[in-house]
Amino acid sequence: MSDSSPVSGIHARNLPVNGVGIRTAAICLATVVVSFFVGDVCAAAGHVVSGNAAIGEPWHVAALVKTLLLNWLPMQDMESVFLLRDYNTRVVVIATSLLGCAAGLVGTFTLLRKRALMGDALSHATLPGIALAFILATVMGGNGKSLPILLLGASVSGLIGVGVILLLRNATRLKEDTALGAVLSVFFGAGMSLLGATQEMQQGHAAGLEAFIYGKTASMGMSDAVLIAGVSLLCTVVCLSLIKELKLLCFDEGFAGSRGFPVVWLDLVLMTVVVVICIVGLQAVGLILMIALLVIPAAAARFWTERMFSMVVISALLGALGGMFGAAISAVAANLPSGATIVLVCSLFFLLSLVFGSSRGLLVRMRRRWKLNRSVDRQHLLRAIYELFEANPAQRLAVSDTGTGSVTMVDLISKRSWSRKRLDRSIRRAEGDELVVRSDLNVRFTRAGRVEAERLTREHRLWELYLITYADIAPSKVDRDADAIEHVLRPEVVSELEGLLAERGATVPPSPHSFGKEALSTESETLK
Amino acid sequence: MISGSIHWNWQLDGWIVVAGMLCAIASSLLGNFLVLRRMSMLGDAISHAVLPGLAAAFMISGARNSMPMFLGAVIVGVLTAFFTEWIRGVGRVDEGASMGVVFTSLFALGLVMIVQAADYVDLDPGCVLYGAIEMTPLDTVWISGFEIPRAVAVLSVVVLINAAFVILFFKELKLSSFDPALATTTGFNARFLHYLLMVLVAITAVASFESVGNILVVAMFVVPPATAYMLTDRLTPMILISLVLAMLSAILGHLSALVVPGWFGLKSTTTAGMMAVVAGLFLTVAVFFSPRHGVLVKRIRRKFLSISILADDIVALLYRVDERQPGVTLNEGRMKALLFSDSLSLRVVLSWLQRRGQITRNENGYTLTDPGRLRASGLVRSHRLWEQYLVSLAGVDSDRIHDKAEQLEHFTDQLMRDRLNQATNLPTIDPHGSPIPKE
Repeated sequence: MSDSSPVSGIHARNLPVNGVGIRTAAICLATVVVSFFVGDVCAAAGHVVSGNAAIGEPWHVAALVKTLLLNWLPMQDMESVFLLRDYNTRVVVIATSLLGCAAGLVGTFTLLRKRALMGDALSHATLPGIALAFILATVMGGNGKSLPILLLGASVSGLIGVGVILLLRNATRLKEDTALGAVLSVFFGAGMSLLGATQEMQQGHAAGLEAFIYGKTASMGMSDAVLIAGVSLLCTVVCLSLIKELKLLCFDEGFAGSRGFPVVWLDLVLMTVVVVICIVGLQAVGLILMIALLVIPAAAARFWTERMFSMVVISALLGALGGMFGAAISAVAANLPSGATIVLVCSLFFLLSLVFGSSRGLLVRMRRRWKLNRSVDRQHLLRAIYELFEANPAQRLAVSDTGTGSVTMVDLISKRSWSRKRLDRSIRRAEGDELVVRSDLNVRFTRAGRVEAERLTREHRLWELYLITYADIAPSKVDRDADAIEHVLRPEVVSELEGLLAERGATVPPSPHSFGKEALSTESETLK
Repeated sequence: MISGSIHWNWQLDGWIVVAGMLCAIASSLLGNFLVLRRMSMLGDAISHAVLPGLAAAFMISGARNSMPMFLGAVIVGVLTAFFTEWIRGVGRVDEGASMGVVFTSLFALGLVMIVQAADYVDLDPGCVLYGAIEMTPLDTVWISGFEIPRAVAVLSVVVLINAAFVILFFKELKLSSFDPALATTTGFNARFLHYLLMVLVAITAVASFESVGNILVVAMFVVPPATAYMLTDRLTPMILISLVLAMLSAILGHLSALVVPGWFGLKSTTTAGMMAVVAGLFLTVAVFFSPRHGVLVKRIRRKFLSISILADDIVALLYRVDERQPGVTLNEGRMKALLFSDSLSLRVVLSWLQRRGQITRNENGYTLTDPGRLRASGLVRSHRLWEQYLVSLAGVDSDRIHDKAEQLEHFTDQLMRDRLNQATNLPTIDPHGSPIPKE
């Protein structure tokens, strides 16, 4: 942590890296994808893979899924979609995958910048531009519905919207979300009014302009796909080449500024990328899908990693997979609009990540909390036994001499407010760890248990002393506070505590290596 | 003007304006708290997210009946708020992101449901989503002998509920909006209040957008409260201002929907859109010209401050020059180089100081008059007392005190100088050895 370069400064603030989790996730996803294709190829070759294929075959799971799906989906369609035989499907699947990939990548930055809904505001803000472009083009005698003109109008008005959002956020007391909401509604309102006015225009008719912002994925043509591919590639290149700068911008804007990075310009570049990808996406796949692709993959990726780069990769991957599966499924199944299907596939990814995410997922966090609770229980048990010995000199002597003294369960139960069941459980676990030995209703330490208990008691008392000396907390209250913190003290903190207390001349409780009289008398004095 | 240049029909336009005003009032009442709680996007999120509720209600009831659809939409609206809160808390994702995930997913779900149902009956998402405010006078109900538009009746009820909620829970809302943790420690349930607010937001949003269109309610949730927030620092005036602005937006919005297109030879345009635009214009004006927080006003105030500081610097400079070599005068060019000032502001300030009689001009340059000398000596005294204070009491190195004292001298009055004088034991010279002028 002594390295002071900006990048490592950011690493230092993040939680420990979970490389294994990412790799596992990537491998899992890859396996699913590959096994799906393998299963398909086999089926296509005429090897009928039945549900009772031998366990352990690589396509076992895929085969099961397939048998389930085949009841619903026509086999021929499945093949042609997943092998991308059909020209139209091929175009749509490839384009939506690329779009999902780029949107996932860009979305990571907007999410980390707490601007996840920027895509939402911005896509609504394009409407007045579209309407104005149509009106101007028509009035000047051109074709009001030519795509480049409408796209230009949309981009200009989207950029103006972003500019207004940034202005409101930076120059006034209004917060980010208010700026987004205000720009979204006012621009959209203006767009509606302009469209409303065009309905009575002499030349040209505005019908279908609104469809422009809803888009139709299934009818995507080759030229749309090429446009999407080009823009996605461009956005990816821009983001990846600026990744260090954008990372700084996302995590610590002020620091980035102080290092001499042009923060405002970087922000503008990022927002321009968002505008460009939004507009291309809007036209091709629709408004809601575009918002979803910008938000959901990035939010899902957040559960898998604490590292920026991995997050970018995972988010792009999830976006691409969502686009691919969504488009493929909607091509196969009847009556599933492709945009909505892609969003739902992405939402499914999000739910899975929320539960199984290797870094912030619910399961991982529940397991972490469970482990912590267990260790807290164990520490309470050990300290309670130690303090009972301490309070009873006869037993203490027995311990120090032979190590065979014991405390009774009755004493232990009255020591803390814990239930009999919970106490039993923690004793059983401590027995498993060879820290204590129980015989009938008596509990005694093993050698390892005693050493551990000494260490814990010492840490508890160090913290109590610290609270009394530095935090001015009444001695009668420190026990509970110390109780809360002692379980998470790391060795460095303990030694720092020792140093601090020595500085102030407080008597540091000596490490109770034995239950000898001197050591205990010093302690009891300090604690009085 | 109304009856003269445009076609105004009280029976139609009157009701449209009333419906718009009611929607605007209902939304901005709650919108104040959304803006303060940084949940401005919730209105937009709900208005998209209710689609599956509408679809489900339709599938269950089998008809485009108003009541089941309303209920379905409100339930899903509340669920949106609930899911957003849940994902934010459990998944530790920020508010905007969790909102984005929830409402796009729900909208997609609704779309799929509608398309599935489309085999049986025509349920166009466009029709479901956008009620049109222009159509409100056509759909009427009879209430105690009066024929009034259904939208007006529904929205009046919503306004009453919202007003009762805000008045009854005003104290609690205020506290929990500004400091939820404190609200919880004082013993009432901030979470419960939050969900109650969300329920009302959902009801308001659904009631409004099925009667007057979603763009109006989304705008009125955010824009008038944001405008009021630019204008005041207190909650009660903020709510009142936002209500007035909301009503004005509704009236002027409808008027301009009739008038403005006429300027371009068109007949009329969407009323709801124009109401949002008018609200946006109010916001623009407030952003630039708000007496306390306006961008332009702040800039002008800063300019005045920098001018008064330049005036201070000029008289103090003349004082110091005179102190070092009595009788020497400074010309404009020399002054400009010493003060790093641009010539325009320097000239303005110099002429202003001459008019105030604090400096005079002769052929060699400028000298202080007696009033000017008084002002300058006060400033120089402040400066040197601060330097003495910083060295002797704040323990700052003597080579680093000048800049600090230079900033502080402009904001130090006589009372402060006396206290500095006392604190530093009545010094006669500053740390650099220059004499401290007497009062």
